Amino acid sequence: MKILVPLKRVCDPDNANKVKVSGDGKAVTSEGLEWKPNPFDEYAVEAALRLNENAAKNEKLGEIVVCSIGVADVAQTIRQALAMGADRGILVTADDGALESTVVARALKALVEKEKPDLVLMGKQTVDGDSNAVGQMLAEMLGWPMATFVASISTSDGGKSLNVKREVDMGVVTLKVTTPAVVTVDLRIVSPEAVKNGATPDSHKYNEGPRYASLKGIMQAKKKKIDQLELPALGSDATPATTYPRFELPPARSGSCTFVESVDALVDKLKNQAKAF
Amino acid sequence: MRDFAEQEIAPVIQALDQNEEFSIPIVNKMGQIGLFGITAPPEYGGAGMDYLAYCIAVEEIARIDVGHAITVAAGNSLGIMPIVSFGNESQKQQWLPRLCKGEILASFALTEPDAGSDAGASHTNARLKDGRWVINGSKLFITNSTSSIAGLCIVQLVTGNRSSRNKEISCILVPNGTPGFIAKKMSGKMVWRSSDTGELFFDNCEVPEANLLGKRGEGFHQMLHTLDGGRLAIAATSLGGSQGAFELALRYAKERRQFGRPISTFQAISFKLADMATGIEAGRALLYKACRLKDNGRPFEKQSAMAKLFCSELMGRVVDQAVQIFGGYGLLREYQIERFYRDYKALTIGEGTSEIQRIVISRKIGCFDV
Repeated sequence: MKILVPLKRVCDPDNANKVKVSGDGKAVTSEGLEWKPNPFDEYAVEAALRLNENAAKNEKLGEIVVCSIGVADVAQTIRQALAMGADRGILVTADDGALESTVVARALKALVEKEKPDLVLMGKQTVDGDSNAVGQMLAEMLGWPMATFVASISTSDGGKSLNVKREVDMGVVTLKVTTPAVVTVDLRIVSPEAVKNGATPDSHKYNEGPRYASLKGIMQAKKKKIDQLELPALGSDATPATTYPRFELPPARSGSCTFVESVDALVDKLKNQAKAF
Repeated sequence: MRDFAEQEIAPVIQALDQNEEFSIPIVNKMGQIGLFGITAPPEYGGAGMDYLAYCIAVEEIARIDVGHAITVAAGNSLGIMPIVSFGNESQKQQWLPRLCKGEILASFALTEPDAGSDAGASHTNARLKDGRWVINGSKLFITNSTSSIAGLCIVQLVTGNRSSRNKEISCILVPNGTPGFIAKKMSGKMVWRSSDTGELFFDNCEVPEANLLGKRGEGFHQMLHTLDGGRLAIAATSLGGSQGAFELALRYAKERRQFGRPISTFQAISFKLADMATGIEAGRALLYKACRLKDNGRPFEKQSAMAKLFCSELMGRVVDQAVQIFGGYGLLREYQIERFYRDYKALTIGEGTSEIQRIVISRKIGCFDV
């Protein structure tokens, strides 16, 4: 199966430097930040690797292409996914400020038409913008079946169909989608037995979480290809559907904390002081 | 590498240290991400990286736990590299692929009860009898030598006498489990409690003549060559340990409040932290220079000894000041810093004591050329 994994970098929340807003409130400034792959996208890379390998025989079964849209430095984030085991990268360069969900979805549609993958596998949302929109827009634009918030995948019909489980508020929804399709993944897609591809024995248990890049993987990634092109070269409409008129930081937390003696006292404070219910 | 150490080692290290337990599951995971055979050629399953990359990897592990860094450093420098450097093709084929996967570990047995810094005084010996080496003697403080995945021991021993005072020293490969070879775990260590340290006994232990590593009589040269490279990894372990202790102290100093403000804002504390950070940067510059010299095929023995000496003694100063910053809490196990405080001590002793490093350096700078 050929899988396309769109990957976005986000600022590392563990880094001491935090996001700041420019003086005029028109933009978010990212100076001094450290970057990491959006965690849900990293889970998508892991899920793609699991779908496209026989883990028992250490065999690869299909191609995984990782793509990203952003500034030239994003190549480093793509390189991390290549070190995990993806085969090839595509970097579409664009100014971060000119990107929003619709522009990204249109660009991805153009990439999908060029690459013709069997599956687009991506994070359910990014942890910076939290829009949770690109996957759904892309499926609509392509006219492809879509499954979102997917927590497990097993293939059937020789890889032509995917049986997926989606975690929703009231429980778990099981869906069957035929490829080509767009699937967005949730946290539990990287639990030890979340992905079954018919090649890796069903009894195989992966380590929890996305795999670490091995040192050999890092060496191999240096030789893997990242095609680079500018956003206009894709020919997709780059007019944003939404604009951000103004940014402001949340108010600083007051940080007060009091201990209560009993559950009754807590309920009383929540009800009468905080007016929570 | 940092993610691996923080997610796989940090959560369990306190229990491993307390129970003096060597974790085979962690070693297997370290093998999966390629931490064994980092500098070994890819055709034998290595990663084919340079010494700088190797040292950075070791540094990141030591930042969380020195014991695991030692398992990696010994596995690479002492277990794998002698076979890469001196083994014949069939020895490489036989041992390297499994060693590089981390399925088994090899150890390098040099120190004896009566031969430490004076490595030439080894008593352990091998006689050639009917095409087989018959080995007798004992070894001490041998890392990675006793666990259930310890697969091979490279033993330095006496294979004859060139003259009455000049022994012929060689290295011989002895698989763990060979009859007459007993490996006993040494327990009750103050340091590196998550690593596997053994005492080895050879009692008429027989191996084929073909198990000789390289040429007969080259054991002493092989040992010196191995330790020149090994020192870089010990320096990296010391540097990573210093970094870990420094970060713990800095975080604590920013959280701990006395006299109404964080103690990191008192000059007495901030200057200690500034000195630690400066020492670490200096040590890193020295170590990376030594690595670059080696990676470019230039002489590096002097800088390697300097890096080992400087970084291991640096860690002594860093952990001492770090515990001072923690005050009473620093003496408690749960604050982690006491483990760094203990673990530092073997770094100025193993793979050449500080005194031996000073001998190497003073020879290299010409003190004795008079």
